[in-house]
Amino acid sequence: MQLSPEDLGAIWLTLKLASLVTLLLILMSTPIAWWLARTQSWFRGPINAIVAMPLVLPPTVLGFYLLLFLGPQGAIGKILDDLGLSPLPFSFSGLVVASMVYSLPFVVQPIQNAFIAIGDKPLEAAATLRSSPLNRFIYVALPLAKPGYISATILGFAHTVGEFGVVLMIGGNIPNETKVVSVQIYDHVEALEYGQAHTLSLLMVAFAFTVLAFLYSLQKRRKHQPAAGGLL
Amino acid sequence: MTKSNILKVRIRKYHLKDSNFSLDVDLNIPSTGVTALFGPSGSGKTTLLRCIAGLEKNQQSELSLSNEFWQTNKISLPAHKRPIGYVFQEANLFPHLTAAENLQFAIKRADKSQSVISYSEVIRLMDIEEILPQYPSQLSGGERQRIAIARALLIRPKLLLMDEPLAALDDSLKKEILPYLEAICHSSKIPIIYVSHSLDEVIRLADHMVVLEKGRVVEQGETQFLLGKLGTFFSRHKDASVVITGIITEQSAQWGLSWLHFDNQDIIVKQGNEKIGDQLRLRIQSKDVSLSLSPQEDSSILNRLTVIIDDMIKDPKDPSMVMLRLLAGSTPILARVTALSTHNLALSKGQTVIAQIKSVALLR
Repeated sequence: MQLSPEDLGAIWLTLKLASLVTLLLILMSTPIAWWLARTQSWFRGPINAIVAMPLVLPPTVLGFYLLLFLGPQGAIGKILDDLGLSPLPFSFSGLVVASMVYSLPFVVQPIQNAFIAIGDKPLEAAATLRSSPLNRFIYVALPLAKPGYISATILGFAHTVGEFGVVLMIGGNIPNETKVVSVQIYDHVEALEYGQAHTLSLLMVAFAFTVLAFLYSLQKRRKHQPAAGGLL
Repeated sequence: MTKSNILKVRIRKYHLKDSNFSLDVDLNIPSTGVTALFGPSGSGKTTLLRCIAGLEKNQQSELSLSNEFWQTNKISLPAHKRPIGYVFQEANLFPHLTAAENLQFAIKRADKSQSVISYSEVIRLMDIEEILPQYPSQLSGGERQRIAIARALLIRPKLLLMDEPLAALDDSLKKEILPYLEAICHSSKIPIIYVSHSLDEVIRLADHMVVLEKGRVVEQGETQFLLGKLGTFFSRHKDASVVITGIITEQSAQWGLSWLHFDNQDIIVKQGNEKIGDQLRLRIQSKDVSLSLSPQEDSSILNRLTVIIDDMIKDPKDPSMVMLRLLAGSTPILARVTALSTHNLALSKGQTVIAQIKSVALLR
């Protein structure tokens, strides 16, 4: 059971996609999670719901709407076209955008829960020690939310690796451009290449187990620290 | 105390979220010594302290220290720009930092123009050298609170705010921490506002007192003066006491006693490590004072002061008892005796009597 160049291409593409998506999501989720954790605004409920929607919606629904919005006739697609940028569907960039939407709750929620667990007290103590709001965020909130960030990174990465429906809807299966491992497995099965499907599937199982085992053992060691995240 | 060096606090009808409680106070807090905010729980002490610190958003108030405005209806200085130190009820150390790093957090951000107290002095006063490498989760409640006090001092505040720093500790830990607090209160030149509902702590630590009830000020003034008044919250307290300050003028090694002189009178106390010329504070509880019309030379009680009855009122809670305000020179002493005794001895205002003091407690 050897991995074909196409299999290797799919693995590499998957890793590249998951890494990039995770990095971008961590950056984007930090302000969202902070706001959701601390605001008393009426908007908190609706925004929370929007962030959590990918948890319950079928990936095909997400993919369908993304296709509409990002396509040449869609609202965002038109703007991109006017700016002289190439359309997003069926491209790697499109896959990144779609994956970010798909994995958003898996990154926002652990960070948000970690911020909530910190509470007001350490931040008030910092305020009385001449620490400005930004300073408190960097030196108190971020270090205390570290377990949440670890969970968010692992979950965001793992969840992006495991996506299938959204990829198929918006990316199709262009080798080395949008064909990730899950799609490759699907193609193998369709072509009755069970051996190759087995190899890739086993790799995925091993990957999922390793990631989750690592995450849980991490949680156990950090008993006195804020919870690692709300999804586990 | 100069007038410009005063913390002025004026808070108009400040409502806490989701409650009927409102705070309405107008205070001038002296720039020296320890001012206690005293009152039962729910009286607004902590809320008032949080308003002073800037931790409570409040547009209706006016706050200034030495004519430097922290809060008016136009400006509102955020907490991190106010020159304060704050000790929370539960130490509130940063859990991700060691004790030493918690102190470093303050040192890095300290107001370098203020020289209040040196690092080594703080470490010595709080006796924390050995626990510096530990994380807060490895420390006892008392140790955590000592680190928290040290941290608040190292920010070099112009005003130190303490919110019931002993309330979360059990009695044995309270006794352990109190001497450290006394050391800070009496050796630092920073004015301190100390929130407490414990009369014992307040008597030991405070020079001035503000008594709060339901968000309003009911009494304020110097501790010594307030404690010696009848009809106040304190005189009705079961541990009603007065505080007397005097100077050691005589000692007897043979009997192990010291003579404390005040207002042309002497009180004899057990000799400790004080020396002749030292100033000392002692506390006399009203229930330890009894009265007689003539000096009882055949009594074992050593402390007999000639006093004038200044005022007397019935105890509103207990009709069998009477509270008396006695004057030893100009120093007030409270006595709590039975109504029957006052009748039998025919005690009246202006009368000169002998006050026998069964026991005194040295405060420092």
